Amino acid sequence: MTDVPANKHANPHDIRDRGLSETPEQRASYLRAGHTLRSWFLTTDHKRIALLYLVAVTFFFFVGGIAAALIRIDLLTPQGDLLSNEGYNRAFTLHGVIMVWFFLIPSIPNTFGNFLIPLMIGAKDLAFPRLNLLGWYIYVIGGMFTLFVLVAGGVDTGWTFYTPLSSMFAHGQVVMAATAVFIVGFSSILTGLNFIVTIHKLRCPGMTWGRLPLFVWSHYATSLILVLATPVLSITLALIAAERLFGLGVFDPRLGGDPLLYQHLFWFYSHPAVYIMVLPALGVVSELIAAAARKPVFGYWFVAGSSMAIAAVGFLVWGHHMFVAGESMYAGAVFSFLSLVVAVPSAVKVYNWTATLYKGQIAIDPPFLFAASFIGLFVFGGLTGLVLAMLAIDMHVHDTYFVIAHFHYIMVGGTVSAYFGALHFWWPKMFGRTYPMVWGRIMALLIYLGFNLTFFPQFILGYLGMPRRYHVYPPEWQVWNVLSSTGASILGIAYVLPFVYLIWSLRYGPPSPPNPWGVTGLEWTVPSPPPKENFAETPVVDYPAYNYPLELEEGARG
Amino acid sequence: MEQARKRLAIVWLALIALLALTVAGSFTVTGASSAIVSFGVAAAKVALIFWFFMQLRTEKGLIRVFAVGAIAWLLILLLFAAIDYATR
Amino acid sequence: MVDQPYSTAPQQREAATMGMFVFLGTEIMLFGGLFAVALGLRLAHPREFIDASLQLHVWIGAVNTAVLLTSSALVALAVHAARAHQHRATSILFNSAAVLGVVFLGLKAFEYATEYREGLLLPPVGVQRLFMDLYLVSTGLHALHVTVGAGLLAAVAAFAPRRPLLVEDTGLFWHLVDAIWVFLYPVLYLAR
Repeated sequence: MTDVPANKHANPHDIRDRGLSETPEQRASYLRAGHTLRSWFLTTDHKRIALLYLVAVTFFFFVGGIAAALIRIDLLTPQGDLLSNEGYNRAFTLHGVIMVWFFLIPSIPNTFGNFLIPLMIGAKDLAFPRLNLLGWYIYVIGGMFTLFVLVAGGVDTGWTFYTPLSSMFAHGQVVMAATAVFIVGFSSILTGLNFIVTIHKLRCPGMTWGRLPLFVWSHYATSLILVLATPVLSITLALIAAERLFGLGVFDPRLGGDPLLYQHLFWFYSHPAVYIMVLPALGVVSELIAAAARKPVFGYWFVAGSSMAIAAVGFLVWGHHMFVAGESMYAGAVFSFLSLVVAVPSAVKVYNWTATLYKGQIAIDPPFLFAASFIGLFVFGGLTGLVLAMLAIDMHVHDTYFVIAHFHYIMVGGTVSAYFGALHFWWPKMFGRTYPMVWGRIMALLIYLGFNLTFFPQFILGYLGMPRRYHVYPPEWQVWNVLSSTGASILGIAYVLPFVYLIWSLRYGPPSPPNPWGVTGLEWTVPSPPPKENFAETPVVDYPAYNYPLELEEGARG
Repeated sequence: MEQARKRLAIVWLALIALLALTVAGSFTVTGASSAIVSFGVAAAKVALIFWFFMQLRTEKGLIRVFAVGAIAWLLILLLFAAIDYATR
Repeated sequence: MVDQPYSTAPQQREAATMGMFVFLGTEIMLFGGLFAVALGLRLAHPREFIDASLQLHVWIGAVNTAVLLTSSALVALAVHAARAHQHRATSILFNSAAVLGVVFLGLKAFEYATEYREGLLLPPVGVQRLFMDLYLVSTGLHALHVTVGAGLLAAVAAFAPRRPLLVEDTGLFWHLVDAIWVFLYPVLYLAR
């Protein structure tokens, strides 16, 4: 239809350039380095493994989403007439298990981290490419176990597997579900180990710690949590399985065992795991904000250091999940204080992003919109986290929808928004094609609106006293639940549509130049999509990260 | 060469001596001082293993930090759990 | 010989060592969960915990500790030999250490059998039951690590005594298995 030659760098915003044939960049890229199934499933190329993860993780996102849809439909009426009590328990358990371990934890690190860390630090691959592939297979095997649990009747303990419910009373496939999570944990450990060694040992000449993109810093902090916390979960799940299979008694109160000990061990992993889920998202947002403002990130060292501080202090707060569980009130006071402390580094990030945007030349592109909604929702989720960290208020709202709303603001409003933001920002780099910007903008807004409509009413429900994990509720709360379910349907559509136009763009999108956004970073110096070995020759860096030209104002100091 | 082998042999002897000490301690002291003896000796043994057998004495500082990092992190779990148990 | 993402041999060696220490850190945290269980149990039931600990066979545990410490020393010597390119010595020392690992497992099995005969292994109720559960899980998990470690030592001795990175990393793993036992021993056997 047009005579634009496909082998030239076309204008990415020119929708008429369909780029139907392969570009030379694509022909030379990692995507075309081998066409057999074997070249994909036995690859050690971090970029291909990232795509394997992208497919697997997105699949589980939608499986978990279906469970969420069942929950929201059931909650439309106060009677709970879609699912039985047992069925409802199984729906929210699978929603939690799948979303936490098969989507949120691997989502950004294993896809974007895998793809981008070597590119950002100027390396050919991760430090242990075969371990990286092994991690994907472990993830898939864990996923198979989860799908088996799904078809074999599910599990009804909630994602937390609390004893003695999980060990003495629950019916479903507790052991199988614990096995699935146990297995996928090893995938997390391998990823963390690989990232740590890669970031230490494979930085290109001149890429000092102070020149690393903040995305890499936040993944470094995430990796530390992955390797230090995940093994504790592994042994705890093994103890749960042993308790069910062989009658092991360390959590069994009848024998003098202590169910609270289970909660200590579980939350020693699972609270830091919250930061595993959100730290990579914070890294993504730092990149998107700097790119949108086309300015260096304000207070680089504070943003980098806050990632490390979150990782460290995040290990000291787990007791705030146990305020009403029988924990000592003195321990509770200490955990309450430390939970307030951990908000400080998170707030540092938000202030610094805002300062970065100040007087920036902001382009209202989809990545910016996703980053902006992230900041808004993250602030809201974080501030309600402070509310929950207060001992006295937690007595009132513990285990209510207030908690549900709080962590969905962080996990869904935060991490999932960042996941979609990353997808929209790096998609042209990953596949060499751009997508229609207007659709990206609409989806970012739709996700933001749908999200708030879904979860804001849940704060009110929680404050009014609606407990989590119940599907029968007093009729006066129906209006809030209907609002929430309406928002969830908008959110569902807004999560599906990006995959339609992104996949469409793979064939019909205009070819992307190496640096479609005009931003800094080593990943934008290579062709889109990158060649198999990433860099034709090892780059040498002699400039800081976010090396945008500074525009001095009239009268500013030189 | 020879000296290095001799050093490893001395470390081994020291480890066996520490083992004898901790077993002897288990028959003589009880209560809090028993815990101090048995865990003090265990810490000394592990320090010898890490420093000489695992060659931390010749590794860079960063590797040393990685080697003891997890032990330090484990103390967080033990410490806070102990606070809860001690004051519950 | 430098593999894919690396540009120099020292870089690859440092990456392998660092990766191994990170992995050992995950092992420490894995057993750390069990140490936390032991701590909780002891703080909640101090007297009964000590009574249960007194029932264990201190001397079998002590001999087993000595066996592991000795095997660890042999592995240290093996790594030393590998650095001096004495590959035969490395193989012999690794195999000897693996044999001591098997001796450890044999003694452990004998100990389990003795405890079973004494009716100690699976007491029906009470804190002693919890203690023995913890004992079984932690020594069982440790025995699993000894099995894997001894297998690795024998495999490296047979097939790869000339690959310095494999020799060193296998050695590090064995030392850590030893170090974990050094702490399990006082936690379980020496509570007084």
